[in-house]
Amino acid sequence: MRDALRRAQEYAERRLPALTRYRRPEPLPVALHRRRIYIVPTRFGLGFTVLLLVMLAGALNYSNNAALLLTCLLGAAGAASMLVAFRTLDGLRLEDIRAGHAVAGEALPLGFRFTSRRTRCAVRLDLGDASAAFLLEAARGEVMVAMPLPTEARGWQALSRVRVWTTWPLGLFRAWSWLHPAQSVLVWPRPEAGGPPPGGHADDERRQRLHRGEDPAALRDYRRGDPLRHVAWKASARHHDLLVKDFEEPEARRDWQLDWRQLGRMEHERRIARLARWLGEAQAQDRRCSLWLPDERIEAGSGPAHYARCMDALAKLP
Amino acid sequence: MSAARTDAPLDARAFGLLCLSVAAVLALHAPHLPWWLSAALAPLLFWRWRQRRRRPERVPAWLKLPLLGALALAIVAYYGSLFGREAGAALAVGLLVLKMLESERPRDARVGVGFACFALMAALLFGQGMAATFAVALGLLPALATLRALEPAQPVPAAGPRLLLPGLALLGAALPLALLAFLFVPRLGSPLWGAPNTHEQRTGLDDTMSPGGFTQLLLDDSPAMRVSFAGPPPPPGRRYFRAYVMSDYDGTTWRYRDVAAAPAPLEAVDTVRYRIDLEPSHQRVLPMLDVPLHAPPGAQLLRDRVAMAGKPVNDPFGYDAVSATRYRLEPQPIRHRRRWLQLPDGYDPRTLALGRAWRQGHGTDDAAIVQAALALFHDGGFRYTLAPAPLGRDAMDDFLFHTREGFCEHYASAFTVLMRAAGIPARVVTGYQGGYWNALGGYLLVRHSDAHAWSEVWLAGRGWVRVDPTAAVRPQRVDLGAAAAAGDQLPWTQRSWLQSLRNRWDIVNRWWNEGVIGFDTLRQRGLLTPFGIRQADPALLGALLAASCVLSGAVGLFWALRRRDGADPARDALRELERRLARRGLTRRRGEGPRNYLRRAARALPAQRAELERLTDCYLELRYACREPSPELLRRFRRAVRDFRAARVVK
Repeated sequence: MRDALRRAQEYAERRLPALTRYRRPEPLPVALHRRRIYIVPTRFGLGFTVLLLVMLAGALNYSNNAALLLTCLLGAAGAASMLVAFRTLDGLRLEDIRAGHAVAGEALPLGFRFTSRRTRCAVRLDLGDASAAFLLEAARGEVMVAMPLPTEARGWQALSRVRVWTTWPLGLFRAWSWLHPAQSVLVWPRPEAGGPPPGGHADDERRQRLHRGEDPAALRDYRRGDPLRHVAWKASARHHDLLVKDFEEPEARRDWQLDWRQLGRMEHERRIARLARWLGEAQAQDRRCSLWLPDERIEAGSGPAHYARCMDALAKLP
Repeated sequence: MSAARTDAPLDARAFGLLCLSVAAVLALHAPHLPWWLSAALAPLLFWRWRQRRRRPERVPAWLKLPLLGALALAIVAYYGSLFGREAGAALAVGLLVLKMLESERPRDARVGVGFACFALMAALLFGQGMAATFAVALGLLPALATLRALEPAQPVPAAGPRLLLPGLALLGAALPLALLAFLFVPRLGSPLWGAPNTHEQRTGLDDTMSPGGFTQLLLDDSPAMRVSFAGPPPPPGRRYFRAYVMSDYDGTTWRYRDVAAAPAPLEAVDTVRYRIDLEPSHQRVLPMLDVPLHAPPGAQLLRDRVAMAGKPVNDPFGYDAVSATRYRLEPQPIRHRRRWLQLPDGYDPRTLALGRAWRQGHGTDDAAIVQAALALFHDGGFRYTLAPAPLGRDAMDDFLFHTREGFCEHYASAFTVLMRAAGIPARVVTGYQGGYWNALGGYLLVRHSDAHAWSEVWLAGRGWVRVDPTAAVRPQRVDLGAAAAAGDQLPWTQRSWLQSLRNRWDIVNRWWNEGVIGFDTLRQRGLLTPFGIRQADPALLGALLAASCVLSGAVGLFWALRRRDGADPARDALRELERRLARRGLTRRRGEGPRNYLRRAARALPAQRAELERLTDCYLELRYACREPSPELLRRFRRAVRDFRAARVVK
């Protein structure tokens, strides 16, 4: 039933853009106004109307004027609540949308910043299947609404339509407005699950192996990525957490020079996935790395900003 | 929308408000529910509220189902059915309380609120007085607050009664439209389906009278009717409202018997024009001041000039009438004389003997016999009391010769029996006497406690003459009213200052009864008479209703669409300018300052370059030249913006 309705709605929007007010992407900020706010009664509103009609018929039939007066009062209050619902949305501004980072397949955190001079209660925001409710207080003037955006593939992803709606104050009417911000978010490539370390640095491995056999200098807490064979099982058994034998730090690690050309034999997307994994490992180990891509070269560096820059570059690859 | 959230359980605040709504329904219905039902439902509701507050968990079905069965059984056992007004209301309230046991989700709460609103309205079927109506209106507040509490993301809620204030504001805003709708919703000429059956046992004047039967009535100080007079009101001693004229006496009880013949001839000397607004009496009789000249519209005047409506008065009913206060009723020798002399055989031998003795003593002077009887009551050691000793089989003998205490019924009954024994046609009349004159409202308030019984005797040449034997014993009863006569035998609510306060306050009830409850089809038709429309038919009323809806909608839309941006007039004026330029395709970009934007506009619109540059300078001066911009400059800028007309863009 719901699917059929949705299909009908999509068809109508495709065929009758003027009638359904299908919104083309528009630049931010967007202020809601009367030409783009729609109101229909909710299911509860329809039921309540039927109830009021029954009460009206009863009051008229028994010529009970007191009941008639209160029925009229309740009905008028319901009608007034429609205007309140409209006013809750009217004049609300979506100032901008801040996008976080996410790799393909994970939800990308979005932040919608709404501003208003009036207090607005119980406004809800729908994006796909996700929904959030927010309160905008006049004293603060703005609110940031977090909303996850599901992602599928790396690269630029256009935002779909979001719906701002409310049933404030009585739940009898639903006022809503579609927003289609002309904004895209960059989705990072998904790193591959596992694979070899960056080529040409196999000596790292060998150097580590040289250390094996030496007495560990200390025990430290397990960190993600520690090889299982370094876990001090006996010592860990007496502790809550896993302990790892911390070997003497090998001599200063060399920078990784991650290079698109080294992975020549591989398929395009798998190359990107591997580079993404290496970047992730470099970030986890706090290791400096540089990145060579066909149309972009990034000098060696480290830290979250560097990582984000490299991942952005990977995401933007054709 | 999203299934996850709408299924989230009710939070404690919403559930608390829902319970409060149901408690309000229960409280408003409690007066007409059997006491044991209220006593069972109220603790159940309280228990459920506490239980869910402590541990939000469902009530098991093995508890709910037996409760439901017990409710249905109890109602059937008590009322004999599940339908009808009383039984239906009891069932609705019971089901509403049981609904709380399974209310866990917002959807349940909404159903509960709708149901509660319905039950609140049903409470008005039992009485639509002003207090009841306001109580029901207040009962709507927790229901509205519950609906608000179901919405997510609200400001930190106020505690206590302030939680109900937004609902009050909403109802207040809705009041104008509600009043217009109330005025213009076309009333039904005849009901679509049967009116609710009323088996209500209400104390009121009855078509029988036995000494002592009024006791309940005399303690009931609810209004019976309100009377307004075209001229000055008659003095207190002449405010006799006749209801029933009783002829048949069986030794204990006087009975009214319908005689559908032409009204007895009347020679009126003084007449009074007046209007009576009668409270529901559930009787057909319409009390009239003294002897009416004509029957009120829709009623019939019977032989003894008793007015009978076509059907029992179950709703407030008003009628205009003209009555004679000085008159000769049936002065010609009466037919059916035996009817007015009828006495049961084998009762009250001493009383009958006394009557015959008077006849022998005074010969044919009927008036002297009447005076003898009044003298007996006045000087014979009789006492006026609302709690007389009970009477035996020969009631009048007991009263006249032993107990010698009683109130109007006793005196009227004894007097009439004495007169009949003496051979004077006599009858008992019941009705109301006295009342409180509300000077502010210009009307006479008559309460049930003003019920009274007196006698009429037929004297040759004068016709039927009213004789009030109670006045011989207790003149205050007639001159000052029932409350004064009763002294301190009445409950404290009917005493002195409180009573006078209530009498004064009654004018508000009268307004309510006239303006709201009495607003029927007839009054609605005449609504537009001041505007020259004699008969407002349903089509016209419908059109007026639609027009008032449109008008209210327009006012509401004006409120809803008004943007209050007035905090910074200079900025608002700039916004206006931006709007005008945007119509020509010059939208202000993000991060573009006013100066850059207006310069760009000036470049794009060479024809208005000078004007735009002036505007730019003016705005910048307004903003940055001094801390407090001069009002003169602001006014100039706003005028310039208003006069600005963007010409077509030259590409």
